[in-house]
Parts: sequence; structure tokens; C-alpha cells
Amino acid sequence: MSDLAIELSGVGKTYPFFTLDKIHLRLPHGQIMGLIGPNGAGKSTTIRILMGLVQQECGEVRVLGHRMPAEQVAAKWDIGFASEDMRLYDGMTLEWHMNFIRSIYPGWDASYAQVLLKRFGLRAEQKIKGLSHGQRVKATLLLVLARRPKLLVLDEPTTGLDPVARHEILRELTAVMTDEGRSVLFSSHNTQDVEQISDQITFIDRGRIIDSMDKESYLDRWRRFRLEVPSGVQLPFLPGIIGIRQEGRLAVATSNAFDSDMAIAYESSGARVKAIETMTLEEIFVANVERSREEVEA
Amino acid sequence: MSGDFVISQTDKRPIYLQIMEQIKQRVAVGDWTEGQAIPSIRQLAVDLQVSVITVKRAYLELEREGVIITQQGKGSQVASNPGLGMRLQEQELENHLEHAARLADLLGIRPKELEERLRQAYDRRTENEKEQV
Repeated sequence: MSDLAIELSGVGKTYPFFTLDKIHLRLPHGQIMGLIGPNGAGKSTTIRILMGLVQQECGEVRVLGHRMPAEQVAAKWDIGFASEDMRLYDGMTLEWHMNFIRSIYPGWDASYAQVLLKRFGLRAEQKIKGLSHGQRVKATLLLVLARRPKLLVLDEPTTGLDPVARHEILRELTAVMTDEGRSVLFSSHNTQDVEQISDQITFIDRGRIIDSMDKESYLDRWRRFRLEVPSGVQLPFLPGIIGIRQEGRLAVATSNAFDSDMAIAYESSGARVKAIETMTLEEIFVANVERSREEVEA
Repeated sequence: MSGDFVISQTDKRPIYLQIMEQIKQRVAVGDWTEGQAIPSIRQLAVDLQVSVITVKRAYLELEREGVIITQQGKGSQVASNPGLGMRLQEQELENHLEHAARLADLLGIRPKELEERLRQAYDRRTENEKEQV
């Protein structure tokens, strides 16, 4: 088997108001990938394509070595998929759903399911229609996690959850990593979640993948310079600086290809480097989206 | 053995640096002793609920600094190095000094004044010690 859990090559799909632009994506086994991007960026479309729910117009999709959508039946034994629009049967209990999944998937781990019930604060005998939004999300995740699939694909698993529930979900996702052969792909608006638990980050905006790489290298490339610019001094243009904001004598420059030589270049232009700061994924997210919006307007 | 690690989201520093610092603290105070086996990368990642790659980075940097050693297939352990504790404290002092310099700069305090205030702090401490004796 290949060492990639997910491999997308040149995958495209066109809708009337949206185009997924020949994207490439690779997730090695044993890693967690966070898919981030603003609303309507193409995160769910990407996930639906790799699950075989939507067929791509071009490009190749391989999930756990299976070509999608052609071999989706074989692939789905080992994939656990959960998304917002997944339906449970309102009139049935959670226990009924657990027995149902268990009857289909031989890998169902009944004792882990009991642990999850307790951790998520759910009751098996409760009917789905009596559950809150957060409880439904947790019930769906329980049904997926207890199968112990090789690959978990989760569309916005933490959206709309309270902090305790979110924490529980993140804990279960990282616990999956105890097993080196298992992988997770999840999409989220919550950059804090992605920053905390992802090994790989894929940043998507308007149908294009802007960045996709390991998280540590990614965060390491971004820096914010706080500069003092004496009057008469003009800040030089430096490659790798994607934005400068200046008000009076103070300026802030943002880089997505940080190099310590940049500080030297600013200093020798006559400016003073007051601070070089690392950035959170949230700050990078905003800077990235603003930049790509400006490019379109220009 | 990693139950008391704290990864803070209000701490502006990257998570790998927070992990490094907390491991160094354990070694500096002697909770983790020379040659002692420490959690595997994957185990610590699961315990702290952070990504494997982040812990891997922290361990790599700690190895580079000579704090731990990692052997293929055997896991990681605290390096056996008698000067280690002192070097770690040296490093901590360096960090505090940098922090002080940064704050002083922010407050517009000049280096000369900062030096003077450091001397005063030092004198206060030695006086306190004398009193205790």
C-alpha cells in the first residue's frame, strides 16, 4: 500500500458560482490534517469528492489506496465520515444506531463505544429527536469513532459545540494518533483547534489551495515585524513581505517567507526593528485571506 | 509523568517552545533525572492533545541543545551531562534578561538606567540575605 492516506492530483469541479481549481493534496498515514479556509472556500466540496459523494470532472483521487469514486465501496469499510448534514433516525434511540452500525462494521469496538458514551455525556436509551445540536454532533462522532476506522474524515466536527464538548472531541482525535497507522482529515473554522492538533495544514480559499504543508514549517515561515521609521526613511521593498501598514513613524510588516536577513535589510535602510513576532494561525488566516482578496481586486 | 504540563493558548509563544521550556524545567529542578526515559513523541502528543509534529520539533530542538537524547527504536531519555542543570539555568537567566531588555525598551528606559536598576535589585537581595543571617 502507498504511504499516503489521501492523494488528490489535479482535481477539479465546476459549479455555476464556484470552481474547484485542479487541487493537489497529500496526507501521509499516521497524521492529522486540518483543512482551513473561509466560508464557501471549497472545504466541503473537497471532502465530498474524496468521499466519492461528488464526482470530480478531472484529476485523480486516491483514498487509502482506492481510486475514488470508482472503488468507494471498498474504501468505505476503512473510512469514518461525519458531517453536519448527516442524518440519524429521529424516532430511534442512540443504542439502536449503535447496534445498526455494529451489525455492518465488524471492527466496531463495543467497550470503546461505552467509554465514549460516558465521556460525551450521552445516554444510549435516548431518542435522537430529544438530543440538542451538540449532542447530535457527539452521537454522530461516537458512531464513527467506535468503528476505529483507518481514516477519519470530519467536516466541521467542532462547530457549534460548547468548550467542554470541543475539548472532548479534540482529545479523541489526538488519541487516534496513538496508532501510527491511522489518519485524520478534518475541516474547521476554528484556527485554534487546527493549530493545536494538526500535523499538516491545508489552506484553501475560493477553490484554490493556497498552502499545504506541515504545520511547524508553515507557522515558522510567518513573522510580523514592528518597525520604527524615522521621517525621511523609506521602507525598502523586500521579497517575502506580503503587507506593510504604516501610520506615522510606526509600521508593521508581515512576511510569509521569513528570513533573519530581512531584519538586517530594514535596519540598514534606516528603520529600527522593534520586535519580530511569531503569528498565530488565526492571524495568518486573516492575513492570507486579506492578501488573496486584494490580489483579486487589483 | 506528563500530567502537569500546561499548554497555554494565551501564551503567545509557539506550542513547541512551551513544551521545550516545561521539559527543561523538569530537568532543571531534578524531577526528570539524567538517563531517565521520557515519554515517546506520540505518547506526549496524545497526553497533551497536540500534534505529533509539534512534539517532534520540541524533541529535536532539545536534542540539539543537548538536553535529551533520542535513540532509534529506544525512545528518548534525559541526556547524561553533569553541566546540564547549570546550563539550563544559564539559559533561563538569558531569557529573563532579554525579557527585561524588551520591557525597558517598550517603556523607553535607557540601557544605563536599566543597568542601575539591576544593580539596585541585586543590592536589595544581598541585603535581605545579610538580614536573614
